[in-house]
Amino acid sequence: MQKMLNEEIQKQLRQVFSEMKEDVTMVLFTEEGECYSCAETMGLLEEVEELSDKIHLKKFDLNKDVEEAKKYNIEMTPSFVLLNSKGEYEGVKFNGIPAGHEINSFIPALIEMSGVKQEVPADFEARVAKIDKPVNIKVFVTLSCPHCPGAVQKAHVLAMLNKNIEGEMIEAQTFHDLSNRFNVSGVPKIVINDKIELVGNQPIEEFLAQIEAL
Amino acid sequence: MSFNFNFNLNETKKAIKLTNEDVIDLLVIGGGPAGLNAALYAKRKGLTTGIIAKRIGGQLLNTSSVDNYLGISQVSGEELSEKYLSHLKELDVGILEEVEVENIHKSDRLFEVLLKDGTVFTSKTLLIATGSSPRKLQVRGEEEYSNRGVAYCAICDAPLFKGKNVIIAGGGNSAVEAAIDVAKFASHVTLVHRSELRADQILIDHMNHQANITIHLQTQILEIIGDDKMTGVKVLDKQTLLERVIDADGIFIEIGNLPSNHLIKNLVSLNERGEVIVDEKNMTSLPGLFAAGDVTQMPYKQIVIAVADGAKAALAANEYMNQNF
Repeated sequence: MQKMLNEEIQKQLRQVFSEMKEDVTMVLFTEEGECYSCAETMGLLEEVEELSDKIHLKKFDLNKDVEEAKKYNIEMTPSFVLLNSKGEYEGVKFNGIPAGHEINSFIPALIEMSGVKQEVPADFEARVAKIDKPVNIKVFVTLSCPHCPGAVQKAHVLAMLNKNIEGEMIEAQTFHDLSNRFNVSGVPKIVINDKIELVGNQPIEEFLAQIEAL
Repeated sequence: MSFNFNFNLNETKKAIKLTNEDVIDLLVIGGGPAGLNAALYAKRKGLTTGIIAKRIGGQLLNTSSVDNYLGISQVSGEELSEKYLSHLKELDVGILEEVEVENIHKSDRLFEVLLKDGTVFTSKTLLIATGSSPRKLQVRGEEEYSNRGVAYCAICDAPLFKGKNVIIAGGGNSAVEAAIDVAKFASHVTLVHRSELRADQILIDHMNHQANITIHLQTQILEIIGDDKMTGVKVLDKQTLLERVIDADGIFIEIGNLPSNHLIKNLVSLNERGEVIVDEKNMTSLPGLFAAGDVTQMPYKQIVIAVADGAKAALAANEYMNQNF
């Protein structure tokens, strides 16, 4: 198969990945038979793994490796999560291939999971730390949406700050039925715990305010 | 199937963060072409400067393709925005992104800009380059079906209408571009406009070649109708004066923009369209407060014009600084 990432992007990514601190593992779930973009997602992750010694890839089948899938609440394919250097899941998940503009949510997630954290004001971090109930943030995106990676990044930053928070990117075309269920006709669309809906990229403050009000 | 990758190094490598420790010579509010170029020119003139913006790139990010920028025959709006940003980073221009300004006021000779998070920036001159936001149709059903069929960003949301019937409201360049973009996904696109097309002929020709686009001119949208989701629009044919319904699963509203003047509308003179009135050197009616780009009365809202306007404003701010400080 032809490489998904051209040489120019590979070069840039090698340079970006050189700043990673600790190891990161991508855990990918695909399935046999009809699966839109499973092969491409696997191809992409394999190529990314090759670009840094710190990036590792584990591959599972949703239907065969049921126990593994359960660990990370995986119900659809292709899906993958990122694990930190201790092998812990911090709630950073991607459903569908992070191609197009979403490469810009995928790469920062890898860098941050390696321990290069974004600067967050101390009082904000303290407020996030106080969230003590399970929070799931779905961010519906399309691959042609320039505003979407920003929203996905915020969901992931929140997830990495608190074990109770999970942030997932959902590619709306790949998961058409789920998108219909949440009436996605504009992206990014953010859905918190399957009930609170926000449309458009929002300030991270707004994400937190909605979570605190749960 | 094949996927492309719009990798953007700027997303991983952030610009220098603008801080509020010192009084800034020229503070720019707005991250579109006008604001970015103003900061570039100001920096090169030796002024201290910085940009406060909701999002770097502004409306450029909603532009799938820029085809009329001298010297660059074809570039996506986002790529152009990236090029601008890289240039500013080379010059170490401080940027504060994803923040909103609460209010602005001038005390004595200095401007104070209060952000929503409580931070205050102080500057000697201030440039408002806040651009504009999509104009709404202001018909019944528009709010109700917002995000249940009604959409405003064609390049973002077109893939969600795969195999569906979609209406584009408007007759300018952005409407025709949206029709072409959406037609790649939708089964059928109907462009509805209340008067005649005023888009560039080259775009109209491109649209006419697309078999799945129908055009209804002299047709006014009266209402967006539906049940849980939008199901169509009620229109008035202005020639026959008959009302009818056009069935559709979605509508993209591309009928122009409104100036984003809310921060300074009580401080400066505006024209009847709400645009900020500036003199030939981009100064507003309040000395030291400049404006550039789509927020002003400048005619023909184009990227290349906004860029030039930003340059002019920065040079004028420099001149003002020399005379007043």
